[in-house]
Amino acid sequence: MTLLALDHVDLIYQSPEGQTEAVRDLSLAVDEGEFIALVGPSGCGKTTILSLIAGLISPTSGSVTIDGVPVSANGDVGYMLQRDNLFEWRTIESNVTLGLSIQKKLTPESREYAASMLDKYGLGEFKKHYPTQLSGGMRQRAALIRTLAFKPRLLLLDEPFSAIDFQTRMTVCDDVYSIIKRENKTALLVTHDISEAVSMADRVVVLSARPATVKKVFTLDVPGETPLRRRESPLFSKWFDTIWKEVSEEKK
Amino acid sequence: MKGLPCLMNRIKSPRDVYLARRRTDKIVTLILRIGVLAAFIGLWELAAKLDWIDPFIFSCPSRIVSTLASIDPSELFKHIGYTLLECIVGFLAASLIGIAIAVLLWRFIKLREVLEPYIIVLNALPKIALGPIIIIWVGAGVQAIAVMTILICVIVTVISVLNGFMSVDAGKILLLRSMGASKFQILTRLVFPANIPALVNMLKINVGLAWVGTIMGEYLVSSAGLGYLIIYGSQVFKMDLVMSSTVILCLLATVMYLAVAGVERLTKKKFNIE
Repeated sequence: MTLLALDHVDLIYQSPEGQTEAVRDLSLAVDEGEFIALVGPSGCGKTTILSLIAGLISPTSGSVTIDGVPVSANGDVGYMLQRDNLFEWRTIESNVTLGLSIQKKLTPESREYAASMLDKYGLGEFKKHYPTQLSGGMRQRAALIRTLAFKPRLLLLDEPFSAIDFQTRMTVCDDVYSIIKRENKTALLVTHDISEAVSMADRVVVLSARPATVKKVFTLDVPGETPLRRRESPLFSKWFDTIWKEVSEEKK
Repeated sequence: MKGLPCLMNRIKSPRDVYLARRRTDKIVTLILRIGVLAAFIGLWELAAKLDWIDPFIFSCPSRIVSTLASIDPSELFKHIGYTLLECIVGFLAASLIGIAIAVLLWRFIKLREVLEPYIIVLNALPKIALGPIIIIWVGAGVQAIAVMTILICVIVTVISVLNGFMSVDAGKILLLRSMGASKFQILTRLVFPANIPALVNMLKINVGLAWVGTIMGEYLVSSAGLGYLIIYGSQVFKMDLVMSSTVILCLLATVMYLAVAGVERLTKKKFNIE
């Protein structure tokens, strides 16, 4: 069943220097429970597309809908950014309930749900800690739980691992992936790292250089339970090569 | 194995050596600090006693002490009370008004754009020049001095607080917006807590400025207060009174600064600021 639909979306930015066409005639449908990765040359407007889906900016023309309803920043979408953006003055417990309190959904039940997520994903004993006392990987996990705590329909991941060093990135990537799968969430990942996209996504959408539009969509069949397992499959490098060629063609 | 603990007691670990050296270092600094004050007071007294300086013009520590002892305590406390009242009222009012204006300017972009040049001009203007106008408008007295103090502190408060508000991490704002936060929620959940250090710093600056405003105000118009005593003392050439009042002022300003520093320590603990 289609959860998210972008229908002939155009976006033109206006500035005193002139206008920039960031997105042109972009159509995309994401089904419930799918994991989609958007890849494309840098500066092609990937983050702009996420802002459109999060309801932070409106398209110049076309429509962005969730379950057929135009998006607005109302808690349907959980946005995970490059940096964890945990609030240093709040404990981990109080950080993960931030979205709930913003949306006035802070009840004993929702609080209990957030706490159970912390327990489930290995942060239970750090509830009363401050973000500065946690490692980068733990912080990113806390950021994901903060996003999941208010039960968004759709998760947006904007290069969520790019600020983490390479060694940790692999395990954090595994962590995040398995949490998303276990919670049965629909996710849209934006990344410039093709191997990351191939190791996580069910479908990879290759975007064109600016103005961004869908260039090609690949449905992957890489076996493996986790991103690390998938990286070991021979099909992984096959898809990596195919997608890499597609993206580098666009860079020229 | 017997006798070993005894032997170990005598061997100092590097940690112990470090801690001992640190302790000695702190004590030396403290002794030197007190020494500087003692030397200053001693030299001053000596210079006056040996007639290197004229104690009638320069006063001296012993004359300051006897002056303070000779003033009627209730009279002295009345002056201290007036000055403290003006300073604290001015300080609190200026800080609160300044924060309120900064919030409005943060919230309403158009207001900020329109008022920006006026704020710059008001900041550049020496507020003391407005003294005569203030006296005529609000009347000569405590209220004029409080207004003077507010004027001196408020513009700086607005500028520094607004600066802090505007430099809040854009990523965190984006995160809150994506959660559906209202402007008010962004203010209370993010902008205020993120600016606690900036707000406390603003209080520290305002303590100093509030004293400037209060004493300047008292120089212009007053019939009581430490500023009044200083002006009165200089006019009748009682330098002992001028110096005594200055010493008290120094103590009061220090106490008030320490109070704000205490607030800073409390907020650091509460908000987990490094």
